[in-house]
Amino acid sequence: MTEDRPLIYKYLRHDKKFPHVWCPGCGIGITLGGLIRAIDRIGYTKDEIVMISGIGCSGRLPVYVDFNTLHTTHGRALTFATGVKLANPELKVIVIMGDGDATAIGGNHFIHAARRNVDLTAIILNNNIYGMTGGQYSPTTPYGQRSTTAVYGSVERPFDISQLAVVAGAVFVARGTVYHARQLDQLIEKALLKKGFSVVEIISQCHTHFGRLNKLGNHIEMMKWQRDNAVPVEKARKMTPEEMEGKFEIGILVDREGPIYQEEYAKIRQKAKETLSLQAETKEEKEESERREASDRH
Amino acid sequence: MMKKPNLKARLLQGNEACAEGALAAGCRFFAGYPITPASEIAEHLSFRLPQLDGTFIQMEDEIASIGAVIGASLAGAKSMTATSGPGFSLMQENLGFACMAEVPCVVVDVMRGGPSTGLPTNPSQGDVMQARWGTHGDHPIIALCPSSVLECFQLTVRAFNYSEKYRTPVILLMDEVVAHMRENVILPDPAAVEIIERVQPSVPQEWYLPYEDTSFGVPPMGIFGRGYRYHVTGLTHDIRGFPTLRQDEIEPFLSRLFRKISAHFDDIQLAENYATEDADLVIVAYGSVARAAHRAMMEARARGIKVGLLKLITLWPFGRRFVEPLARAGKVLLVPEMNMGQISREVKRVNPGISSVITLNKIDGTLITPQEILEKIYQGKEKI
Repeated sequence: MTEDRPLIYKYLRHDKKFPHVWCPGCGIGITLGGLIRAIDRIGYTKDEIVMISGIGCSGRLPVYVDFNTLHTTHGRALTFATGVKLANPELKVIVIMGDGDATAIGGNHFIHAARRNVDLTAIILNNNIYGMTGGQYSPTTPYGQRSTTAVYGSVERPFDISQLAVVAGAVFVARGTVYHARQLDQLIEKALLKKGFSVVEIISQCHTHFGRLNKLGNHIEMMKWQRDNAVPVEKARKMTPEEMEGKFEIGILVDREGPIYQEEYAKIRQKAKETLSLQAETKEEKEESERREASDRH
Repeated sequence: MMKKPNLKARLLQGNEACAEGALAAGCRFFAGYPITPASEIAEHLSFRLPQLDGTFIQMEDEIASIGAVIGASLAGAKSMTATSGPGFSLMQENLGFACMAEVPCVVVDVMRGGPSTGLPTNPSQGDVMQARWGTHGDHPIIALCPSSVLECFQLTVRAFNYSEKYRTPVILLMDEVVAHMRENVILPDPAAVEIIERVQPSVPQEWYLPYEDTSFGVPPMGIFGRGYRYHVTGLTHDIRGFPTLRQDEIEPFLSRLFRKISAHFDDIQLAENYATEDADLVIVAYGSVARAAHRAMMEARARGIKVGLLKLITLWPFGRRFVEPLARAGKVLLVPEMNMGQISREVKRVNPGISSVITLNKIDGTLITPQEILEKIYQGKEKI
C-alpha cells in the first residue's frame, strides 16, 4: 500500500520525537493506518477529531497524530470521552483502548458507555496480554495460556469483548484483525459513521510477550493464525459450534438503532426550560396579584 | 424598565448554595455519583443545569465522574463534581491527572466521618490531609473551606475562579454541618459576581506551545475543537505536551506547577481575623467549627479573657502568613477540629517552639460546641 505513505504523513505530528514506542511487528501500526484511511475517506477535519486513549501500548497511539489528543489514566478513557462529547457534541470522539484497559480496569466504564449510548467510537486492540508492563495475563488471555503472571497457564475464562459490547447495548459492534487490513479500515469507517456507541474489536498480536511465552512464533506466524482462524460472520452463522471451536467471527456483529444520549438529553433541556418559563409565569402572576392587593389596601 | 434582580432572602441549604454558586460561576457541566451527604448538590444541578443548556450526568462511579469532568473542561465547559469521603478516595488518581495536565475543575468533598464507610450522616473534618496529599506524587493543590451557607455560594464561585485562573483542580472542603444546615441567605445578584475565565491562546496555531512557561506561570489553555491541536497526557511532558524523560524538561515543568501556586499565595490564601490584635489566645478554626469558635470567643471576652479567632478559609496552600505572626507575637494558639489534628499539625509546623499550641480534637461524629472550646480556653489560660 504505497499510497498510504503520503496519507499517513498528512496526519503524523512532525514535531513529535520519533521513533515510536512500539515493537517491530506490532499490530498497532496497522490499526493506526486503518484508522487514518477511514478518517481521511470520511473527510473529518483534524480540528473536529478528539482521539482519547487510556494506558498501555495502545495508549501511546494518539500522541503521534495531529488531532486533539488526550492520553488519560488507565481504564478511564471512556469517561473522559463522555465528558468531551457532552460538552461539545460537534466533536468526533474516538477512543483507543487495549484489552486490559477496556475490559479489566475499565470494564465497568465500558459496559456503561455501551448502555448509555453516548455517540463515541471505541477501538479496542485485543492482543490477549498486558504488553507494556511485560506480559501479564489480561481478561482476554485464553484459558490455559501462559503469561508472566500465569507461568503455569491461566485458569480464568476469557471475555469475548465483542459479545460483551453486544449484550451491554452497543449499537454497532464489529470485529476485525490486523491481518485483514483492508476489511479493518472499512469496519472502522462504518463505526465512525454510526451514530451512538460503536465498538471495533481488533485482534492483534503481541509476539514480544504473548507469542514468545506461548511459543506461537513471530508476528508473521501470529498473523497467519489470524488468517486461518478468522471466520466471516456470514459463514460463521452456517457453522456448528463444534466447527467454530477455536475460531472467531470477523465482520459486523451488530448494527442496530437505539436512543442516543445527546438527543435524549436535548429533550430534557427542552422540558427543563418549559418548567423555567412556567416558574417565571407563576412568579409574575403572583407579583401582579400582590401589587393589586397592595394597591387595593391603599 | 429593567427587571430588578430578586435579592430576597432565601432559606437555603449549604449544598443548594454550593450548586447555585457553581451556576453563578458559569459551571455548565456536572458529573457525579450519589453519596451522602453530598447528593443534594447533584439533585439540584440535575434540575437546574438543563434549564441553562448545561449538562448533568450521573456516571457509574466517582472515578468516571471526575473523568467526565476533566474531559468536559478540556472541551471548554466549566465543570464540577461533588462527593464525600469514599467517593473522594476513588477520585484521587484522576485528581492528580488534572493537576498534571493542568485542567481546571472543581471537586466538592462534603466531609463525613471516616475512615472507610464511616459515619455517612455525621460531620467530620477528616479529609483535610487527603485533600492535600490524597493523590500520589508531589503536587500543588488549592482547597477552600466554607463555614456558612452564604460562604458555600461565595467559595464555590471562588473555587471556579481559582481553577480557571491557575489551571488547577480546586477542592471545596465542606463539612456535613455546613452542607446540610439551612440559613436565610441573600445570594448576590448574578451580574455582580466576579467571574474569571481561563486564558486561551491567541498566537497563530503553529506557534502554540501548550505547556510553555509564562510570566504568570500559567500557560494559555487551548480548547478542543477550536484550532489549537495539542497533546494532553498524565505523563510528565515537555512544553509541547509530549511525554519526556529529559531531566532538563522534567524539573522545570514540575517546578512551574508549584510556582504557579506559590507565586500567588496573596491571591489564593484567604482568612479572617476576629479580634486577634489584643488577644492573648487565638483560636485557629475552619468550617462549621469556626462558628462555635466565634461564639466561644464572645463568651470568653465577656468573662474578661482576651481571645481572638483566626478563621481559615483557604486550607491549602496553608496560610502560614496568617498563623506565623500570631505565634511570633506569643499568643497561645488553640486549634479545635473534628479530626485528630490535621490542621493543628500545620499550625505546629509554622510555630517552631515560639508559642504554645493547644489542640481540641473530636472524632465522635458530633459537632464541637462553644462550651467545649471555652473549657479548652480556660485550660489554655494558664499558658498565657
